[in-house]
Amino acid sequence: MRDNIYLTIIAVFAPFSLVAIGGAPSIFAPLQKETVDTLHWLTGREFVEMFAVAKFAPGPGAMISTLIGYKVAGWLGALVSTLALFLPSSVLCMGVATVWNQHRGKPWHRAIQQGLSPIAAGLMLAGVLAIFRLAQAGPLSWAVAVAVAGILSWRAKAHPFALLFLGVVVFLLARLVTPGG
Amino acid sequence: MQTEPEPAPVPLWDIFRVFFGVGASSFGGGITGWIHREVVHKRRWIADEEMLAGIALSQIVPGANVTNTCVYVGQRLRGLPGALAALFGLLAGPFVMTILVYMAWDRISTIPILQDVVDGVAAAAVGLNLRIGVVGASQSFPKIVPMLIVVVTFVSVGVYQLPILPVMAVLAPLSIALAWPRKTADA
Repeated sequence: MRDNIYLTIIAVFAPFSLVAIGGAPSIFAPLQKETVDTLHWLTGREFVEMFAVAKFAPGPGAMISTLIGYKVAGWLGALVSTLALFLPSSVLCMGVATVWNQHRGKPWHRAIQQGLSPIAAGLMLAGVLAIFRLAQAGPLSWAVAVAVAGILSWRAKAHPFALLFLGVVVFLLARLVTPGG
Repeated sequence: MQTEPEPAPVPLWDIFRVFFGVGASSFGGGITGWIHREVVHKRRWIADEEMLAGIALSQIVPGANVTNTCVYVGQRLRGLPGALAALFGLLAGPFVMTILVYMAWDRISTIPILQDVVDGVAAAAVGLNLRIGVVGASQSFPKIVPMLIVVVTFVSVGVYQLPILPVMAVLAPLSIALAWPRKTADA
């Protein structure tokens, strides 16, 4: 598949689209393994940077796929990777929605919901580990993450942007306190 | 919903426009709540109950919850063209803006202090995901089987980095089968 970079991008992203139960954070672990460790499309540091940029810019966090595609093959690469990540799950969603609404309130609805939610939780936590492994996160990163999670549990309405800003402030203060660190 | 009188079909352009507005200004997340406000309360395109069912469904189906929600709404309004209008509307703004932010970032990323900014944003963003994961995991408490599924998923995909496709092919059916309705002693 070395001949066509766009086909390779599709081959990387499309399968992940169909297993991203709970959203993009669920596939961060396998996505970084594939794009950073196996294909060497980007460095671990770049992955973390793209994660931060995708979070900072508008849109779902899954837009990290857009940036990886852009890095690999420019604007067209970005378009291909974005569609490869969003279209398969969207088509599946349409199909499921049709069936789902015809059988509303059936007991197996709950079974699927209850069966998939612990998987989504496990994948989400795996994504957390993946990002921190790449960032070679120290105690400060963990402290900020836990603090943010704690603040959200306490004040669910806290604006995510304020929390991102808080993270930045903490890291900048830490640099002031420990110059050269 | 067939019993309710259907108003005139919502123009595709309107669907695109509304979701474009939501997508392009969706800084920091919370997009689902915004879609809910626009579609149910402001424009009364679909009923509240139907919207909530769609949001629940979006969390089960793989893929970003937000795009699933907008596909659901678009499909309810205008079928396949409606779903595409909603999806492309939602993604168009963020697509361009995310790349522009990255291009800007690429030019200035050598400034040392900005690496701290990235670490700060990343750490806080991870915190947002951490909370979702912890809340999800805690919902399985104190039932043994779901707790085990959380741990096995985390260890296999996160710690050992096993390929996700085979892992999901095994775990998803297994977990659903174990949750299948039947008389159980534990609650």
